[in-house]
Order: sequence, then C-alpha cells, then structure tokens
Amino acid sequence: MSTAERILTPEMVAAIKDYFPRYPTRQAVTLPALHIVNERLRCVPLAAVVEIAQLLELAPAQVQDTLSFYGFFKQDKPHGLVRAWVCRSISCALRGGEEVLDRMCHAAGTHPGETTTDGKLTIEFAECLGACEYAPCMLAGKTLYKNLTPELGEKFVAQCRAGNGQEPPEKEINGPIVAGGPAVVGSAATNGHRV
Amino acid sequence: MTPFEPILLANVGKPGSHTLAAYEATGGYAGMRKVLAEMTPAQVIELVKASNLRGRGGAGFPTGLKWFFLPKDHPGPIYMCINADESEPGTFNNRILMEDDPHQVLEGIIISCYATRAQTAYIYLRYEYPLSYDRLQAAIDELYAGNLLGKNILGKEFSLDIYLHRGAAAYICGEETGLIESLEGKRAWPRIKPPFPAVEGVFRKPTVVNNIETACCVTQIAARGVDWFKSMGVPADPKNPRDPGSYGPKLYCLSGHVNRPGCYEAPLGLTCRQLIDDFGGGVWKGRKAKAAIPGGISMGLLSESELDTPLDFAGPGKVGCLGLGTAAVVVLDETVSMVDFLHNSCRFFAHESCGQCTPCREGTAWSLTMLNRIRAGKGRLKDLDLLLEIGDTMGIIPGTTICGLSDGAAWPMKNAIRKFRGEFEEYIRRTNPTGYMETAAVEALPVLAHH
Repeated sequence: MSTAERILTPEMVAAIKDYFPRYPTRQAVTLPALHIVNERLRCVPLAAVVEIAQLLELAPAQVQDTLSFYGFFKQDKPHGLVRAWVCRSISCALRGGEEVLDRMCHAAGTHPGETTTDGKLTIEFAECLGACEYAPCMLAGKTLYKNLTPELGEKFVAQCRAGNGQEPPEKEINGPIVAGGPAVVGSAATNGHRV
Repeated sequence: MTPFEPILLANVGKPGSHTLAAYEATGGYAGMRKVLAEMTPAQVIELVKASNLRGRGGAGFPTGLKWFFLPKDHPGPIYMCINADESEPGTFNNRILMEDDPHQVLEGIIISCYATRAQTAYIYLRYEYPLSYDRLQAAIDELYAGNLLGKNILGKEFSLDIYLHRGAAAYICGEETGLIESLEGKRAWPRIKPPFPAVEGVFRKPTVVNNIETACCVTQIAARGVDWFKSMGVPADPKNPRDPGSYGPKLYCLSGHVNRPGCYEAPLGLTCRQLIDDFGGGVWKGRKAKAAIPGGISMGLLSESELDTPLDFAGPGKVGCLGLGTAAVVVLDETVSMVDFLHNSCRFFAHESCGQCTPCREGTAWSLTMLNRIRAGKGRLKDLDLLLEIGDTMGIIPGTTICGLSDGAAWPMKNAIRKFRGEFEEYIRRTNPTGYMETAAVEALPVLAHH
C-alpha cells in the first residue's frame, strides 16, 4: 500500500506508538489506538482497522473484534461535528431525560444515533453519565450540560446547526442547578446537611 | 443528627483543590511520606487489614485481605488496576473525587502500590469523564515533576508509573475481570474465577483491582490511623466472627425525586430516610417517596416502609436487596409507575450485557421484550411469573453465569415484582383486559432492534 493511500497519518502513527512503552503487550494499545483514530476521523473505517492491526502486530480480525464490542465506534461514516450523548438511565429518566432526547431528535430530524443531513450534529442516547445530581444531563465533547429541559435541548440543537462544529457554551444551555453538597460550587451547606 | 465533618470531601469545593500546591498546603502526601519512611509493604497491608476497610466499588470485599492474597515472593511484575469506570446508574462519587481531589486519589494509589509491590498502575477511566481525565493527568504530571512518581520515589527503592487508560462506554468494564480483558485490548468478556486476579490477572500477572473511593480511604487511613477509621460506622456483629463490619466514612450519592440531589459524606450506616431528609432536602414537590434504589440500580429497590434500613454492607440485604453496592440512592416518588421503572432497568441491562453467558444474554433480552410488550398493553399475568423465574435463575448467586451483571439485572425485577406485585397485576389487567389471562407462548415478532 503506498503512503498516499494510508488512512493513518504519520501524526496518528506517532501518537499510537507513544503508548507502546506503557504496556507489556502491543494488543493493550488497541483501545488507545481506536480512540486516537476516532478523535481525528470521527469514525474508525475498516481500512484504519487494518493499519492499526499492522502497527500492533495483530490480525485485523482481532482489532475489529475489540472495536465491534464497543458500540462507541462508528465505522461506515463519520459522526457529526458535535456528538451529543443524552442520558437515558434511571436518575435522568425520573427527571425528564427521555422527553429531552425525544424533543432534541425531533428538532434535529434524526433518530438517536443518526447524524443531521448537514453533518453538524449526532444525537445519541447514553447510559448513566455519572452526573445524576444534574439530571437530566447530556455530554458533548468535554462539556457536561446540566438540568436540561426539552426547550433547552431544542436550543442546543439550534445552536449546533447554526454553528460550525463547536459545542455551545455550557452556560447558554444549563437549566437552574438544584444540586447540593460540597462539590457544587456556591452551595450553601458544607456537606449539604441541614439539622 | 449532628452534622458530619467531611474527610473524603474535605477539599472538594475549594478553589484549586485539584492542584498539588493546594493539596500539600493542607497536609497532603504527609501520610504517604510517613508510610514510605517508616513502614514495610507488609506492615502497610497489616494496617489496611486492621482497619477492616471494605472496597467501595460495590462488592465490599475487605481490601487488606485482597492485597494479602497476592502471592508472596512472586518475581513480578505485579499490577494495580484502579477501577474508575464508574457506570452504575445513580453513582457519581468517583467522578467528584477525581475532578476535585485527584491528589487524594493518587496518594492512595501510591500507598496501595507500595504495599502490594506494584510498579505499574493503570487507572481504567470511563470515556464519559473528560474533566476527570484532564485533572488526573495534570496531577500525575505534577507528581512526576516532583519525584513523587517515576523512578526511585523520594529517593527510595520504590518506583511507580501511573497511566490513564480510557474505556469506551461499556458498563461491563467496571467488572474487575471485564476491566482486565478490556485493558489487555480485547472484548470486555469477564473471566471465570478462580483463578482470581491476585493470582492471575492482567497480562497473566498478579493484579489487584481497587476502586477510586477505596484508594481515598487508604489515603486517610495512612494519615489518620486505624482507630480513627474504626471510630465511625457499624461495628462487626459480635455473634458472627466472619463479619468485617462496616467501618469508615462513605460517600452517598443521592438523586431522583429529591429537592437537593448531590454527593454527601457520612459514616456507614446512615439510613435512606436520613439521607433523603437531612441531606437531600426531602422528596421533591411536596410528595412522598414510593420506593428508593439503595446502592445503584443493580441492588434492587427499597419500598417506602423500608427506608429506615441502614445503608451499611449488611443492611439492604436484610430487606431483600442485593447489597449496599455503591450506596447510590435514587428516589422514586408516588407518581412513578413501577412498570416504567422496571422497563428502564431491563433496557439498561439488556444493552450492557456482554453476551457471553446464555442466561444473561437471553434473560436480559427476553425481560426487555416482555416489559416492552407489557407497556404496549399486551402483557399477561403469566409474564410476572416468567420474569421472576428469569430473575431467580440468572446470575452468579444461582451459579449460572460468569459474572454478577445478571444478578444486578435480576434484582430490580425480583424486588419490583415481589414488592409491588399488585401494581403490576393491576396495570396488566387494565391495559390488556381481553388477554391478561393468556398463558400460551407469545410468538416472537420480527423485531429488528430493541435499542
């Protein structure tokens, strides 16, 4: 295969090789390699699987076996510029998370997992995001959006479609925070405790 | 109730709490320095054994005992895996510790590795915690720069590398052997035990898998001592010599239908009702609680009359729940339909089953199909007995599966149907008045996708 046909750029290859000294086997670099490729291409096509396997001295089927276990990695085409994970587990469902997901998908014209026609936004359901004090919540990129309502979800969709791939600022989308405890900045009680 | 002064959450909420400077300014790493200067690894294991610290990840296995199981005189390498895959619905205390006090976590990891002679620690971190990743990595970099990590820490013959290894959104990677398989680069299919990880773990070497909050307890035991740790919690049952008790502080996550969801710290043994009323501002909207999850969804359900159950390692089991789990309480108010609750639970476990074991793969999928059918008005009374049969026969407790995910899937079904049977029957009769008495097998529909 000539260099011109390769999917993994030299930068990606170098980033993957940086992980080699951390583990006694190359196979352990499989997930880090998948993430490196996915973060740059927004998917991991089969051709990339073959090249990762070559780097890791594995059979392509071994890398594909691992990849296909995690529903996280798309292979057919890139996900949207923004990939939004709306939690559907119990704490968020109890506070309206499913309605938020439904309204956002309706606003975007997609089903969960699909990408808008302009390629700007993919909305996915997530299982518990581990931010239940901010339910219903959503993760996009590095930003956790808190205390959402269907209307705030629609606003998020509108801003994504009007934007150019940046996640909207958190403060524009968050609903009023009701969480307590020391972890919530500005929370009155030191340990949430009221006698 | 007198307010409890937080220890594990003491730094949380202060500006710059995640930095080395702030951590050391309030005495951080003093415990670790003392351990490295004055104790042997075996003495550290004895210290943690004496504390009766039980793992905070969900199983509550005594931590010192887990370390003690490592083979003596093994040529190594020995590996430490820190389970930061926190994915149990309702649980978020590890996230807060990693984001706002990463050095407390790292100090505990370093002490644990010193005790177990591990020279490499992998923090298996779920991908959905990007801020935890950034804060932990920055803290790790600070430690390397200050000779608190890397070769010959503080000039001693103790070297340690800590690496972050990111997951890819799979709940089963929180299972210790699923984590190990995933770390090795394979499908996260749990392994049958024995052999236990202490004997043959990651890369086929002796391995300890410990939780984030457990590591923080190790930090505090090293700093404050065993007597401090055992001064709070629920003492061991004197009639049961094998009961390790429930000592120490615990982070309780509270969410769902309460006025003030959040992460709160109190000694082990707090009751659900105390957590809801004294910390969480009570049930929201002036309503009453109908039920509460005691420790993450896989522990099952407490009914309203069971809310005075103490949340320690022995309490929830006495009222038919699976155990304390992660002590993540999720409150359901009086308007919640138990059918909706159980559907959410079955959907989660069907999605997350790794598929390796037939009772779990088929049982979780079948339960979801039945809940879908019940919700759509085509349920039968017989479905409830079928769901109970599935629940009673899948899991490591009945001995039919390799790991406990299926027990976690079973317990919400068993608790919901046994504690709220009347509501399920009423729903089925009301929504399927002409078919609820059917007992003939339902023909499978050509369903292409559940999720």
